[in-house]
Amino acid sequence: MIRLTVNGTPHEVEAPAHRTLLDCLRYDLGLTGSKEGCGVGVCGACTVLLDGKMISSCIALAVFADGREITTVEGLAEDERLHPVQQAFIDRGGFQCGICTPGQVVAAKALLDANPDPSETDIKEWMLGNLCRCTGYYKIVESIQAAARVSRP
Amino acid sequence: MNAFDYRAPRALDEALAILAEHGDEARVVAGGTALVTMLRQHLLRPACLVSLREVEGLDRIESANGAIRLGALVTHRDAELSPILRQRLPVLAETFRRVGTIRIRHMATVGGALAHADPNQDPPVTLLALGARVEIRCARGRRELPLADFVRGYYETALEPGEVVTAITTPIPPPASGASFIKFLPRTADDYATVAAAAVVTLEPGGERCREARIALGSVGMTPLRATSAETLLAGQVLDEGRLRAAGEAARADVDPVSDHRGSAAYKRAMTAVMVVRALTQAREAARRATAR
Repeated sequence: MIRLTVNGTPHEVEAPAHRTLLDCLRYDLGLTGSKEGCGVGVCGACTVLLDGKMISSCIALAVFADGREITTVEGLAEDERLHPVQQAFIDRGGFQCGICTPGQVVAAKALLDANPDPSETDIKEWMLGNLCRCTGYYKIVESIQAAARVSRP
Repeated sequence: MNAFDYRAPRALDEALAILAEHGDEARVVAGGTALVTMLRQHLLRPACLVSLREVEGLDRIESANGAIRLGALVTHRDAELSPILRQRLPVLAETFRRVGTIRIRHMATVGGALAHADPNQDPPVTLLALGARVEIRCARGRRELPLADFVRGYYETALEPGEVVTAITTPIPPPASGASFIKFLPRTADDYATVAAAAVVTLEPGGERCREARIALGSVGMTPLRATSAETLLAGQVLDEGRLRAAGEAARADVDPVSDHRGSAAYKRAMTAVMVVRALTQAREAARRATAR
């Protein structure tokens, strides 16, 4: 039995030890926002936060999250109010096809949590592990800069 | 992935006892970045996975007796951001900062990376140049090996079944020393290097001549390698441009690269000479700054 908290909600999951965290989120908990892209920790489509730190959920085992807190893209909006990063990606066109977007948004949220006023270099360094095959990188950087502006007190 | 038992004890002794019981049927997991990927690719089929993730006391970074000790469960990200490491051994903090992506660095551990022994990794290169030692435990006791003896081959280490890396200890270079780590990345910033190089240069009093130079190279052999032919050309010498170029040329004989999509063997050998000169130049400048202080 794996006991984990996802987006503030505690869960008990009956899953074998070889279940990846990504599969646990998608198939045991029905949270299909996190995607599987490369499956080897490179592309960033499966980015989630484990105790606030961004990780690749495709190469983490679900048992790694036992007793810990996970944040996925489903946990960013408060009720109907989008997270500033989500709103900025919409306003600035920070995505095209959208497959990488949940990972991009979660990574960007983690960046602003760690560094509320990132430089362009900080953003590029933080986000370099989140690949976008539509190559919308300029708009992704612009979206994060815009989210940082509205998030700052 | 095939099914396996998963054990996550809180005490190291308990983990060692489980490993002793299971022999080579068991695998140790820490960050999981390498191991889970290999499990997913069916390269490994262990009956039991013994996690060190819940073991207490393995994630410390300590400075004592002129050395830095990194517990095996320190993550690459912890090492990169560690105030102790950044102050006392900045080349090592910088090396960890250059590994993969932040996501991977949040997961991958110092000890796990050593046990994985992929010849394309960055930290072993710098650790080899610094003269690091690996601390190993098993149910019957404890031993310590120089990193050069710990890494035996391609994904191969001196670890016996039941043994676990618990820490790595790295001496801080003497005063009047400078160090560097560089890697050549023709594709993406999170890729493995075509060639990686680390250098530690210690100058004689006065700062004119080199007392000792230690050079290590990555991605150009079955293991990280010392460029000993290059090193012997530098001890006791003035490190002018000609001398550094000669060392770079000599280093070509120290490597044994394979051709892959990051470059042909001939190209990697040629780039070895270039990277050795660059790493030595940076280390020499850092040593001169240290001498001037």
